[in-house]
Amino acid sequence: MPARLLALRQIGKLFGSNRVLEGVSLDLNEGEVHILAGENGAGKSTLIKILAGIHTEYEGAIELRGRPVRFAGPRDANRAGISVIHQELSLIDAMSLVDNIHLGRESALHGGLWLDRKGQAGRALELCRQLDLDFTAADLARPVEQFPLSTKNLIEIAKALAFDARILVMDEPTSALSRAEVERLFALVDALKRRGCGILYITHKMDEIYQLADRITVLRDGRWVGTAPAAECPESRLIQWMIGRDLAPQSGPRPDAAGGGTAGRVLEVRGLRVPHPLPGRPPAISDFSIAVNAGEIVGIAGLQGSGGAELFQGLFGAYGAVCGGSVRMDGSPFRPESPARSIRRGLSYLTADRKASGLVPAMSVEHNVTLASLSRVSPGGVLRPGRERAGAARQVEALGIRLASLEQAVGTLSGGNQQKVVLAKWLETLPKVLLLEEPTRGVDIGSKSEIHSLMRQWTSAGMAILLISSELPELLLLSDRILALHRGAVTAEFARGEATPERILAAAMGSAARASEGCA
Amino acid sequence: MRPPVARRWLATPSFRALLALAFVVVLGCVFNADGAFFHWSTHRDMLRQVSVYGILACGMTLVIISGGIDLSVGSVVGLCAVLFARQTLHQGESAAVALGLVIAAGTAIGLASGTLVARFRVQPFVATLAMMVFARGLAKWISGGQKISQAIQQPDGSFAYEDLPAIFQRIDRRILWGNLSVVTLVFLGCVLVSWVVLAKLRYGRYLYATGGNEEAARLSGVPIARTKLLAYGLSGLFGAVAGICQAAQEQQGDPEAGSTYELTAIAIAVIGGNNLMGGRGGIGLTLLGALTIGYLEKILSINAVGESSRLMLTGAIIVAAVLLQRRGNA
Repeated sequence: MPARLLALRQIGKLFGSNRVLEGVSLDLNEGEVHILAGENGAGKSTLIKILAGIHTEYEGAIELRGRPVRFAGPRDANRAGISVIHQELSLIDAMSLVDNIHLGRESALHGGLWLDRKGQAGRALELCRQLDLDFTAADLARPVEQFPLSTKNLIEIAKALAFDARILVMDEPTSALSRAEVERLFALVDALKRRGCGILYITHKMDEIYQLADRITVLRDGRWVGTAPAAECPESRLIQWMIGRDLAPQSGPRPDAAGGGTAGRVLEVRGLRVPHPLPGRPPAISDFSIAVNAGEIVGIAGLQGSGGAELFQGLFGAYGAVCGGSVRMDGSPFRPESPARSIRRGLSYLTADRKASGLVPAMSVEHNVTLASLSRVSPGGVLRPGRERAGAARQVEALGIRLASLEQAVGTLSGGNQQKVVLAKWLETLPKVLLLEEPTRGVDIGSKSEIHSLMRQWTSAGMAILLISSELPELLLLSDRILALHRGAVTAEFARGEATPERILAAAMGSAARASEGCA
Repeated sequence: MRPPVARRWLATPSFRALLALAFVVVLGCVFNADGAFFHWSTHRDMLRQVSVYGILACGMTLVIISGGIDLSVGSVVGLCAVLFARQTLHQGESAAVALGLVIAAGTAIGLASGTLVARFRVQPFVATLAMMVFARGLAKWISGGQKISQAIQQPDGSFAYEDLPAIFQRIDRRILWGNLSVVTLVFLGCVLVSWVVLAKLRYGRYLYATGGNEEAARLSGVPIARTKLLAYGLSGLFGAVAGICQAAQEQQGDPEAGSTYELTAIAIAVIGGNNLMGGRGGIGLTLLGALTIGYLEKILSINAVGESSRLMLTGAIIVAAVLLQRRGNA
């Protein structure tokens, strides 16, 4: 019987008048991966924040190795050997990799005043070597903002390990990782298990759950639903626990959209060239052409750094009027210049990062929903509260957003509902073409399938969608055809019938496919 | 289970701003200087004295909500006071022309700050700090470093006295049988204008969105640069209005007028509960903040507290009031 590292007993939490957790109990053993599952809004993040010492007011008790503890803050939890890798990374962009790894636990010389820079650099290098991260000493001195998101994720884990963590909490650590990086992360998780760490792991991905789990605990609506060894908890039971009902069967292949004619053509791109946002780099998109018909979903497959995000940004005019090539919308020429112009022409763009570039957290749900279509609810520059409210209420209803009131600050909603608010904002602009980048990232299974069926609903009403998703099953499920993007150029196009994960992946990795990608 | 009503109320910013105000008023009731605090004239004078600061705080609120700060408004007061006095007293311009010119000048200073911030991406603190120094210099240059008053020095060294134009008296008088100062009315007008901008206009929503999440706002088609530019322009305009009121109250244009007023304006916005990070707040909070600061100053002056103690007490009480607001926000 392995030793018990951690026990949570009857944890409860209120936010104002809002109960988000009630009587949740859970334990974690040495050398165990314990999956914490549940839809967004089930209370997983809150539970973790309590464990991490971020929320200090809660009901119930936490025991570490049988001793009751109560953390006064994140530092306390860290000292006790708990490290949390949050969904939103906690790295400080402008600081170097070494300093980030040691943040909050700097080693000092001469009675604690002088920073031991040399010692820290050495330890960081050693740590990265253990993790198989091939950083040079010079890399370690660079600010983390110069690394891609996927690398930051690994740096975050290195940081946790630098704290000698015995209990590691990972909140959807793979959501921004490429396949090779996911494999590396899983190998790391295995190594940690062997060292006797306990890992509490949150994920929405089925394959990850069954690849990693020793035990699974499910929360729903802030309550504990069940705990079971992974072997005794098949997928069907897990899903039933999570949503309290059976998922509607996912619809089969879509009927072919609009056909191949030019009659319903809403977007035509020829030879689009998007410069790299950082100066002195080769263009992010060198040559991109596509013709999209009304009612079509075109999937774009690409690994990290293939240029998908830059393609959308450029097409949407987010970089300004810098793109080369020609674009036609609805048959007339269109020059990407600014978001405002694109929105007016019926082109909208959902970014992958709703926190950084989707939501205005301090504003209400209503004001977020109408933000991109304010001119419609404010003729002459004067807001018409009635119109605004009606528009927001209609979208909230149509998208099934669960909230207490339209005046609620959007930051207080769960991830899935926040994502729907951003989608609602773009729908309010009445787009003809919708660019969706990772529309279901960090979203629970229930909301995910709801978003999928919404997308089908919109396209059958004549909207065209360009979809970027790092999840191949999602691309395969939704797309009428799929383009593979590699280093800023299209390497292959697959019709619905011909697309298989293997073929797409091979094309997305380029003709001279290499199994590993550099990480810096 | 819902928490008690008091708890929920405590969570709203306007209630907490009211609490800070109530705290200061209670202080006034306790230290009432032999009942002086209970005289209507005390409250009337408080309103008159806080008005110039309050006008500046209105512009400051717009800028703060957009995620910026405007340090130049104190100097704008000095510049506009000097300019207004010079145009009316020395140049003998009509009031209407002088008012238009001065307001245009203040707005231009604000737009210059705004251009630096919005177009050239200079940090608001730095851009408006530079503008603060520049505008003060401009005020001294225009006035030749002298106060511009009714006394005009003649070439032979003697002084001739001009009549004070009627506009000075019109601004610095009381209406409603002596119960309301015109400057207070101007302040309330500025509050009203700011309220309309923030709550009723599309532009107000742009301000909140820009301060709340600039990138999300930009991608939603919000014209970020124009929004910021206009916020600083409005702040400059309010600064000009405050400068005119200041000149009327002092019956002269002092190139040193308005020094450190920007700090009082920021204090008013903050004590009302506007968040310096941007994206949150409102003009109602600023109004409550102005009353809080106004009463604070008044209570200290009717109790004849010396300047050194007054400054220290003001600092301490501002901190106390802000901490009081925080409670329940944790």
